[in-house]
Parts: sequence; C-alpha cells; structure tokens
Amino acid sequence: MLVGRTGTDNLVIRGARILDPIEDLDARVDVRIDGGVIAQIGLELDTNEHRVIEAGGLTLAPAFVDPHVHLRTPGREDEETIASGTAAAAAGGYCAILAVPNTDPVVDDAETLRGLRARAAAEAQVPVGFMAALTKGQAGEELAELGSLADAGAAAFTDDGRPVAAAGVMRRALQYNAVTGRMIAVHCEEPSLTRGGQAHAGPVAAELGLGGWPSLGESLMVSRDLDLARDTRQPVHLMHLSARESVEHLRRALAGGVRASGEATPHHLCLTDEAVRTLDPNLKMNPPLRADEDRQALIEAVRDGTIAAIATDHAPHSLEEKDVPFEAAPFGVTGLETAFAALHTYLVRPGVIRLETLLERMSAGPAAIFGLDRPRIAVGAPANLTLLDTEARWRVKPSRFRSRSTNSWLLGKRLEGRVKLTVAAGRVVHES
Amino acid sequence: MTDLRVVGGDLLAPPGDERRHLLSIADLRTDDVERLLATARSFALSQERDTKKLPTLRGRLVLNVFYESSTRTSSSFELAAKRLSADTLTLKAVGSSVDKGESLKDTALTLSAYDPDVIVLRHPEVGAAAFVARLTDAHVVNAGDGKHQHPTQALLDLYTMREAFGRLEGLHVAIVGDVAHSRVARSLVQALRLVGADTVLVGPPALLPGGLAPTSHDIDAIRDADIVYVLRMQKERMLAGANFVPSLREYTERWGVTPERVRDGQRVMHPGPMNRGVEIDPRVADSEASLVVDQVRSGLVVRMAVLYDLLTTGPVPVEATVEVA
Repeated sequence: MLVGRTGTDNLVIRGARILDPIEDLDARVDVRIDGGVIAQIGLELDTNEHRVIEAGGLTLAPAFVDPHVHLRTPGREDEETIASGTAAAAAGGYCAILAVPNTDPVVDDAETLRGLRARAAAEAQVPVGFMAALTKGQAGEELAELGSLADAGAAAFTDDGRPVAAAGVMRRALQYNAVTGRMIAVHCEEPSLTRGGQAHAGPVAAELGLGGWPSLGESLMVSRDLDLARDTRQPVHLMHLSARESVEHLRRALAGGVRASGEATPHHLCLTDEAVRTLDPNLKMNPPLRADEDRQALIEAVRDGTIAAIATDHAPHSLEEKDVPFEAAPFGVTGLETAFAALHTYLVRPGVIRLETLLERMSAGPAAIFGLDRPRIAVGAPANLTLLDTEARWRVKPSRFRSRSTNSWLLGKRLEGRVKLTVAAGRVVHES
Repeated sequence: MTDLRVVGGDLLAPPGDERRHLLSIADLRTDDVERLLATARSFALSQERDTKKLPTLRGRLVLNVFYESSTRTSSSFELAAKRLSADTLTLKAVGSSVDKGESLKDTALTLSAYDPDVIVLRHPEVGAAAFVARLTDAHVVNAGDGKHQHPTQALLDLYTMREAFGRLEGLHVAIVGDVAHSRVARSLVQALRLVGADTVLVGPPALLPGGLAPTSHDIDAIRDADIVYVLRMQKERMLAGANFVPSLREYTERWGVTPERVRDGQRVMHPGPMNRGVEIDPRVADSEASLVVDQVRSGLVVRMAVLYDLLTTGPVPVEATVEVA
C-alpha cells in the first residue's frame, strides 16, 4: 500500500537512549544498520566502516506514521507537492504518511491513483500511502469503485473534507468495504448543524460574532457511524476528533466491541478556542478548536488509548488564501514539521503525557489502525527511525519549512524538542 | 446642561501603542470610554455655534472605506472629519477595484500609499479591521466587521443614554431581537459592562447566543428596563428555511416593541435602519420615548471625539472647550 524508495544505508547510531515502548526497549545502547535493515543492537558494536552518528544525549525511537496528510496533489501543487510534503514529513520524523484524496481531481478512480503512485515512486522522500475517495467525487451519493481502487493500491478510503451525509450511503460503503479489507476513515460532520460554522459554538464564538460549529455537529455523526459500524460489523476510523462527546461515544463503542479507532491532531491537543480571539487565520481549522474540557477529554483519551493515533491533518494553504480576514480564510493548518516538537513542548514537558505514550500514538498506533508494518527497533526490522533531541530549543520560522506552505499555528513560537535525523525505509531522509 | 467641566489634563489620552486603533470595545478600559464621552461632549457644545467647523485636524487625511452599505455611519464619519477640517475621501466597494476582485490586502496597501492618518473600515467579514490594522501605518477605526464589533455605535449609544438619563452606572438596558447577527449588540453589551450598566438580552432562542449576558425569551423581561434597545430584524437572514423564527409575523407578534409593551419613563433606542412594523411599531419609533434621532446626532460628535482621540495627544483645543458652571 505504501510507495516510495527504499534504501540500503549503512549506519551505526552510537550512544542514544533507544526507546521503543512496544518492544519494551529503553536502554543506552548502539544500533547498527546494514543495508537499510537493523542488524545489531548492543554495546560497543563494530562499526564495519559504516557511517557513525554520535548520538549521546539523544533519543532514538521508531519513526512516526501520519495517517492524515493533505498533499494537495494533483491540483494545488503551488501549496504542496509529493516531494515537498514528504520532505516535510521527513523533517518531522515520519517514515510513512497517508495522503487524503480531496484533491482536484478527487482520487476516485484507479487511473488517477496509479498516476499518483507512479509519481510518488520517483519523488517521495518517505513512503506514501494514497487514500482513495469513498464516494464518487466525494459527493456522498454513489460508492467509488472500492474494489478496483484497492487493487490499484488504495491505502484506505475516505471522503475527508466532507462527511458522507446520508446514513444509507455510509451503511452501503461499510458493507461493501468488507471485500477490500482496507480501513474507512470518516470526517464526522453533520452539515445541517455546521453550516456557516467558523469556530466552536461557545462563548468565544458568541463574543466574536463567528458562526458556531457545535460539538454536536461532530458527535452526532460519530455516534451514527459507530452505530453503523456495529450494525455492519465493519471497522471504522474516526478522523480528527475534537469534542468530548465524540470521545465518550468512541470509548463506549470500544467497550461494546465495535471495531473502531480514532485520531486527534496536535492543534486540538494543545489549543482551545481561546486562541481564536486573536482572529489569526492560522487558528482556523475544521473541526474547530474547542473548549478546555474538550481538550482535556482528548488528552485523557490519548493517554488511555481510546484515541490510538495522533494525526496532523497537515493542510497546506497558499499565502494569499490565508492572508485575509479570519472569516474569509479557508480551514486548515500545517503540522508535519512541528507535530512532535509541539506535543513534546505542550504535553510531555509539563508532565501531561509520557514521552513513551506520545511515541506510541505517533507511530505504532496509526500503523496498526491502517494495517501498516509497525516501525520498530528490533534486529531484522527495516530501519524506520527518528533521532530526537528532547532538549533542543528552536523558534518556528516560515523560512525553515520544507513544506511549500507556511500556515502553521506555531509561527514565532519557541518549541522544545527537535528531530535530528530520520531514517525511512532504510534511507536517511532528514538530518539537521 | 449638566455640570461638565473640561480641564485639559482630563482629556489626555494615554501614551503608547494601545490607542493606535479602535477595533473593539474589548480593547477599551472604563477611563478610555469616559475620556471619549467627555471629548464628545465638548464637541457637542462646539456644534451649537454658528460656525461649526474646527481647525483641529487641518491637513489630516481620513479615508472611509465601506464594503457594506451604510447611511448613518459613513455620513457621520465623513461629516465628523470635515467638522474637524480633515480631508476626507469615502470609498465604496461598488464601483471600485473591489468589483474587479482586488483583495482587501491590496486595497489596504493601495490606500495606505496616500499616507492616510485614519482608515475607517466597514467590511462584511469578522477580523477585517484587525487584518487591515496589521498592514497599515494609519490608525484604523472599525466601523463594523461582520457580526463582530461596531465600537463607535456602542460609544454613541452610551453618549445618548447619558444625555437622556444623566448617568450610565446602574442603568438597566434590555436589548431586544436578533442578537446573534448583531455586531451592534456585541459591542454594546461590552460597553455597558464597562460603565456599570446591566443588560438583558430578549428575543427568540435561536437568536440569543449564550455567554454574552443574561437572556430571556419573554418580551415581559423588558418591563424593568430603563432603556429598550431594539435591534433590526435582518430580513435577508430570516428567509424561509433558515428557521430562526417561523415567520416575521410571529416574531412581531411576540417580540415587536409596541406602545402596549413600553411603559412610562422608558426610553427606546434603535441603531437603524428600522423595519417599522416588524421589530418596532411606528407609534413607538415616533413617540416621545424614542431616542433614535438623538442617536444620529450623538454619532457625529462621538466620531469627532474618536478621530480627535486617535490623532492628538494634547488636550482638546481651546476653541472646542467650554467652561460650564
């Protein structure tokens, strides 16, 4: 399902703290990579004339997997390309990303998908999986050819950017998808409740005169899709959860045996709608930033595993699109290059979540949901590694982004924690 | 006249950047409001003379940029600038490069090239005034940004209330109607809080957002108010299918401000333009209780005060001050 170059790099990473929570590995040992594969883990390894990376004081972890990226290709290559988006992913410590299909044209037929995969094979810095549309044109009316798309390499199916408004269409999609074995990822939004919505329906939006986008607009659809998953006995993945009520629905469904999963974004985990008071268009996203009780519920769900994946929903927008008043700006912010640093700064440093939990939710969690090989630090595993400096402090500047777009909610912020090196599919794809 | 004493130092604006723009009532403190109202008062006295023009802002340039239609606000800003001897230029979106798709950013940069001292902006989008303020060296006055803020309207309303009641603190104001779509209401609620007046919002449930002020769905809640402040029912938002209210007829029946619902001693205000026979009965609009025309008059002197306050650091000039015993 993933496409991209694989490498045969030879490396010895020396002196780092090796941290792979799932492998139960937390030790100060060396790692040797032969031909892109982890060959040995231990003390004072032979370097075999490999390149040696002195990593004392740094942390080596399984590289990250982002299940929700807008590569804007085809159609808006001015905002992002496969090359620039995957370079941004590499800089953020990712070894694999999944791209959503709400492009122009929408990826809803096998030919378009094959074309993208061919381009990615040549251009991608890290392996990419392309998700395909669930319904034709993402119009929410007729199913896309899920079988043909799966055969052509679709990584999953989603109409992300918009909901499948009709329950009957969603039910048919879940039923039919049993033949593909791919995940269906849903953007939960009840359009009749969110029309004109610009910010979380609460006191801040009321004061600012912004149209309200209520929590219920999400949670009602979450509840519906969980019920449909239960009814069809098919799995469903809930994208970019933002509301406390949505988390509660998911937790209850999981306890009842529904095959469901959920993701949360760094911005929903770090910010509340209070930030919108600045009317900065880089704080406008869909779903919107919500109240602190929602943020706390998301954090708790990430902690206890109800939300098993952190996804950036990296959504590049051109300067001219965002350089307008708040109300006129499109939804979406970038996130690939800042996700780890932001979550480390705002959640791990203050002791809100453990580093081990964050690493797991950014890597093994999303990989498992989408049936991807789990990046791991074990002898014989392909090298998918990220080397982190948890002490490094840096300021987020537009000129530093590999992404073609700079619509980050973190511009000007000082962050603690930095990706020093990324190895994806056996190849060093990023060094700083 | 009440006992107004204008002493130079009283009207000195604070130094620094915080008074560079007037974007939102939320940016003001109580003493800012007091200073602006006192300045407006001194200009009101100047307007009672035969020669109404003051030389205060001679040579300054005030640009009025209106992306939405306006009668009261645009005319009063233009007249306020003229009464202070500033040069003015009013630009309406219709017939300008906006028609050709020019962005707000480019319009703001283009107009800034004339080195205006003040840009007065009305725009349909929340955050437009703050956006332009980041782009220009001019002082920006928000004359309405979407449903967000209309601070000079709130200031002229306070001025009108004080003229009518002689005080603001402790006044009880009922704001009736479509609060949800009203920048006037958002600014006014904040302004009333700053001066120690209290507010109740009255109207249909879907038009009363939570968290701004106490609310009531019962028109009887206006009974205890000193002032009944009637908001315009924006007919274009009340189209069939929007379902904020079942119909304008039912709205009028339940929440229309009629002579039967106004008690003696209450005063009635409306920011205009009025829908006579919808939110306000014409018999109320034209009654002794109505302060609607006073509001328009207040608009002129309050906007003179706002322009003056942004562009000068000294006291109100001698020719504009009047000693009152």
